Amino acid sequence: MRQQTKEDTYQEFVKGLWRDNPVFVQVLGMCPMLAVTNSAINALAMGLATFFVLVGSSFLVSSLRQWIPRQVRISTYIIIIATFVTATDFTLQALVPTVHKELGAFIPLIVANCMILGRQEAFASKHSPRLAVVDAMGMASGFLFALFTLGSVREILGEGALFGVDLFGSSFEPWVIMILPPGGFLTLGVLLLLFSWIKQRKDRLAERLAELEDDAR
Amino acid sequence: MNELVWIFISALLINNFVLSYFLGLCPFLGVSQRLDTAFRLGLANIFVMLITALCAWVLNTYVLVHAPYLRLVSFIVVIASTVQFIEMVIKKLSPALFRALGIFLPLITTNCAILGLAIFATNRGYDLLEGLIFALGAGAGFTLALVLMAGLREETELADVPALVRGTALNLIIAGILSMAFMGFAGLFSGA
Repeated sequence: MRQQTKEDTYQEFVKGLWRDNPVFVQVLGMCPMLAVTNSAINALAMGLATFFVLVGSSFLVSSLRQWIPRQVRISTYIIIIATFVTATDFTLQALVPTVHKELGAFIPLIVANCMILGRQEAFASKHSPRLAVVDAMGMASGFLFALFTLGSVREILGEGALFGVDLFGSSFEPWVIMILPPGGFLTLGVLLLLFSWIKQRKDRLAERLAELEDDAR
Repeated sequence: MNELVWIFISALLINNFVLSYFLGLCPFLGVSQRLDTAFRLGLANIFVMLITALCAWVLNTYVLVHAPYLRLVSFIVVIASTVQFIEMVIKKLSPALFRALGIFLPLITTNCAILGLAIFATNRGYDLLEGLIFALGAGAGFTLALVLMAGLREETELADVPALVRGTALNLIIAGILSMAFMGFAGLFSGA
């Protein structure tokens, strides 16, 4: 029995990372996603900020779920999220002013990330705080992973560097378009394509395996 | 006067909300299947943005000078409730207008483009008139991007596209190309 719950918790965590990845599979939370991923460090900062906000608000929403009236639940969630975002905004401003300046208006805009509100409505409001936190951590890690992938790809191609460290030497001609807005759309489009391609291949493989098993019988 | 024209053109073309700030992507990808729906959503958006600019200015001038840490929470609450209130008024006064715009209002009350508008206007220290012009430009820019996208998507519906590419991936790549085209506006006004 004990083993069972442990397994469940693990499943809740992993699903956000890969199978239900908020960005690549559910295509949520794109506004902050594309705007700040022109370098790996910005993507990382944004991902961590979102992580904190999502985990914090999931915990609070789930702890308060018996006291939140159904009719005003969405507004309540938004106010809780906005509170966490405000805290994050001021914390970043105090600790890492340069990163805060780069991200600028996109830190407050975490509030409008539909992924966060979606998790409150779909998960945290129906489960215990422990599960809600695990789910939030999984989803936020998935988001962080997606942001970081996008940010690294764009920085490597657009600047020939990662975290500001030069990778290819002077012979590499950077693809400036990648760090500009169109690069965000194109990179995410190609990554989504890659994801659905992998999924398609996996499905086909499973299909063929099933067929083979049928034949063997 | 020149300043105002500059704010308008900048928000409309050069720093287009959708294509260079990535704001309002959810409706941009979600509600752009049909041209007329896209256009009406755009109009509703301009309307909400104008209200937002007004609300943001009132809040900034009279309330938030005393409590800046309440900025985000109060923006969301005030904008959402004002839009909801106006939605009710329109429903009562003009059912025809409500049918045209009203159904979209709840959708866009606090999407990131609206909140982004309020935050940008605050950060840049716009006064009331500048804020309204900025809202008009941003809203028109959003409509423009949405209508262009819807037109392109109506065409791709007829094209022979592999099933794997169809859907969000294709739309994002189209958006990327559109965004590239809009980058051409970046040189505008730079000589003046």
